[in-house]
Amino acid sequence: MKITRGQVEHVAHLARLALRDEEIAEFTGQLDAILAYVDKLNELETDDVEPTAHVIPMGNVVREDAVGEGLLIEDVLANAPGRKDRFFRVPRIL
Amino acid sequence: MAYETIIGLEVHAQLKTRAKIFCGCSTEFGGPPNGHTCPVCLGMPGVLPVLNREVVNFALKTGLALNCRINPFSRFARKNYFYPDLPKGYQISQYEHPLCEEGFLNIDVDGEQKRIGITRIHMEEDAGKNVHGEPGDPYSYVDLNRTGVPLMEIVSEPDLRSPREAAAYMRKLRTIVRYLEVCDGNMEQGSLRCDANISLRRVGESALGVRTELKNMNSFKHVEKALEYEVRRQARVLNEGESIVQETRLWDVERGVTLSMRGKEEAHDYRYFPDPDLVPLQVDAAWIEEIRASLPELPDEKMQRFMTAYGLPQYDAEVLTVSRELSDYFEACNRAAEAPKSVSNWIMGDLLRECKGDDEALAHCPVKPEMLAGMIRMIEQGTISGKIAKTVFGEMLKTGKTPEVIVQEKNLVQVTDEGAIAGLVDRVIGDHPEQVAQYRDGKEKVFGFLVGQVMKASRGKANPAAVNKLLKEKL
Repeated sequence: MKITRGQVEHVAHLARLALRDEEIAEFTGQLDAILAYVDKLNELETDDVEPTAHVIPMGNVVREDAVGEGLLIEDVLANAPGRKDRFFRVPRIL
Repeated sequence: MAYETIIGLEVHAQLKTRAKIFCGCSTEFGGPPNGHTCPVCLGMPGVLPVLNREVVNFALKTGLALNCRINPFSRFARKNYFYPDLPKGYQISQYEHPLCEEGFLNIDVDGEQKRIGITRIHMEEDAGKNVHGEPGDPYSYVDLNRTGVPLMEIVSEPDLRSPREAAAYMRKLRTIVRYLEVCDGNMEQGSLRCDANISLRRVGESALGVRTELKNMNSFKHVEKALEYEVRRQARVLNEGESIVQETRLWDVERGVTLSMRGKEEAHDYRYFPDPDLVPLQVDAAWIEEIRASLPELPDEKMQRFMTAYGLPQYDAEVLTVSRELSDYFEACNRAAEAPKSVSNWIMGDLLRECKGDDEALAHCPVKPEMLAGMIRMIEQGTISGKIAKTVFGEMLKTGKTPEVIVQEKNLVQVTDEGAIAGLVDRVIGDHPEQVAQYRDGKEKVFGFLVGQVMKASRGKANPAAVNKLLKEKL
């Protein structure tokens, strides 16, 4: 597995991270090393092993269809970078 | 060049649960902005979503009604993308293991039945709503009330061959989710949304052409119109020797055209992965059977029953079973009237003209099934004529009074007494010597005019059969 500079740029763009040139080079090397390490798992014979669905062996955790209390508007907007009346305010989208 | 049209639809149906899919916030439409939010649907750190069981029930109902296979193991996945109406930076959806797969539904187009494959049905959460300010306002505003409202995405196979088939499929799907009472089916308000994938290929070819995805069609009419436009546009591009660009296009209602949504199409890269916050969902046979037992009679079965049990023509059966409310109205009315075809005629004609195929209007219609039945019984028994019945119907609509009361108050009982009718016939014959002479000279057509005059003289109340008989005799 060889991670390329292009792949790092692509993933950084998807995550909306602005990376400097030297950071791209650094992360390319790091990611490559991490994946090479994880690649060790491919040496194992796993044909007869059921894929793990979840690390906690349980299923069907559900709730009833009942309405509960929400938050007060002041708490909803407390950490918002911007607000107007009851709305979150963000840079114009359209 | 002759082309074949290939269409597949992705329909999002908002489920009518009380609470959201992963938290206890209300799904009610139109609350104060951000009034139905909590740390879970706001995507605050450290919270855990917990699945609303009713969402699974609703999706299972739909899956069974659409003849799907229910997967015993299913799980949720994160679909990652950034948009201000998506507070977590991902939408919880299903990817590799959807709840339902490989079903079908039947549509009727031009009297021919066609089976349309359903690829999959999965559950997911809705996003919030962005509100854009006046032009020049540098901000947009976000309301997260809709964030986390449960959706069911129903994906069809590319089995639809024309815009009309696509519209028929949408109508049928709407009828079914409304029968199941899992979605209110309102396209204008967005509780039923439709995206279409459409491509053309030369007749005889088997490989699919490049497709475009159409969005923003918020009524059955617009689904059909947008697809029709896109068929013409793609044919034009292909005929000019150019190729179709795979892209998302928006239907512009005002101009009646589809417009490219992005200048340069970016391949979607949602990086789906299983959501570690949610444990897998296992649906066993007992759960499936519990849901199966709760299914109502579905539109196709009901239509068949209306044809066999009531002897109605297919057209009538189809119109009457388009909604549960309407079919219930028919059955309630017919229970009392016991005249299926008459009941059907009055419902399809006068009643639906008033209620315009709208179940809300039907529920509030002053003419209740028992009232219509009472009126039809009076016609069948000869108490009133069909013509007078129109007047009675209009009065019921206006006043909400029973037909019995209206007929009595307005003195509309049909006159069958031959003595009384004979008097009117004599008067008409006396008043129209010219027409009488014409009739006697062999101008049969004048007879109708004379019958009309007698009916008019009786103010519509004379029994038409008796009028015919007496007039014939006296002429």
